[in-house]
Amino acid sequence: MVELRLPKNSQIRTGKTWPKPAGATRLREFKIYRYDPDTGDNPRTDTYFVDLDDCGPMVLDGLLWIKNKVDPTLTLRRSCREGICGSCSMNIDGLNTLACTKGMSEISGTIAIYPLPHMPVIKDLVPDLSTFYAQHRSVEPWLKTTDAAPDKEWLQSRADREKLDGLYECILCACCSTSCPSYWWNGEKYLGPAVLLQAYRWLIDSRDQTTSERLDNLEDPFKLYRCHTIMNCSKACPKGLNPAKAIAEIKKMMIERKAA
Amino acid sequence: MAMSIVHRATGIANAAGFVLLVLWLVAAAAGDPMFGAVNGLFGSWFGQLVLFGFTWSLTHHMLGGIRHFIWDTGAMMEPGRREAIAWATLVGSVVITLVIWLVFVWVG
Repeated sequence: MVELRLPKNSQIRTGKTWPKPAGATRLREFKIYRYDPDTGDNPRTDTYFVDLDDCGPMVLDGLLWIKNKVDPTLTLRRSCREGICGSCSMNIDGLNTLACTKGMSEISGTIAIYPLPHMPVIKDLVPDLSTFYAQHRSVEPWLKTTDAAPDKEWLQSRADREKLDGLYECILCACCSTSCPSYWWNGEKYLGPAVLLQAYRWLIDSRDQTTSERLDNLEDPFKLYRCHTIMNCSKACPKGLNPAKAIAEIKKMMIERKAA
Repeated sequence: MAMSIVHRATGIANAAGFVLLVLWLVAAAAGDPMFGAVNGLFGSWFGQLVLFGFTWSLTHHMLGGIRHFIWDTGAMMEPGRREAIAWATLVGSVVITLVIWLVFVWVG
């Protein structure tokens, strides 16, 4: 359902301004969303100052510098620090992206960081993505076949393999799904761009033999058709993929099989 | 997202605009005094402003519909192209509105 304002217990207050590091000459200001469910307090934004001469260039470097040197209670997910694991997705400077591939120099002024929008927050920058993962599970993102298994691998031509380019690279960071207004309003019933891109990845895999069942599973007013081509997903994707186009292709497959 | 919001807003504005059209037709059916009053209201500077806005709303919503129709085929969705087609909708709606008013109101 449409919610234009945050619920009372989610309204964000101004928090603490942490002291500037002593002796630093090049400072960068961070404004970071903080929320601790154990205290019962409303979320707040804390202000930190990072010493750029003592820190790497990426937003994630800044966050870890703060966690290591200023405030160890700052909570975030991260792992690979090179845009492969999809853990450090968050809302940076108003856009969902990965903290590890976003350079501080790409942002002007204070670097404002919030968790991925419209998700339940576990703590600080860590959102609860359980529903998102369950939705991914629901499209059965694995090869499904009916024929007897071949002696070696399931073969695929080069041309058919190329159809998966721009789809298999998805790292399930959820930047796209949590940028989508349709997913904000109907996140329990609409699968969202990331999951639909994954659904399409298996729909057009030449080795998969359950295309028809997969389409049946998506033939639903909410699961697929809540996409209204708003395009935030494709704009947000930190891997440069195009979920909106993948969804348009699924809609085309739906029409084409009716016409066939 | 901005273009999506404007598309919905113009859709709502069009519904309101058609109420004005119905009002005009009903007034025409009701006879001279009523038609004169409504026509006078629509002919005032404020009425003309609203009707100009209604014309823009119609053309913007129409071009938005065409844009979505093109997107439904999977075309024009790549980065750069999708922004270009969005700008084309915006510029096109203003140009078409001006042409309509130039031809049918200001000159005609």
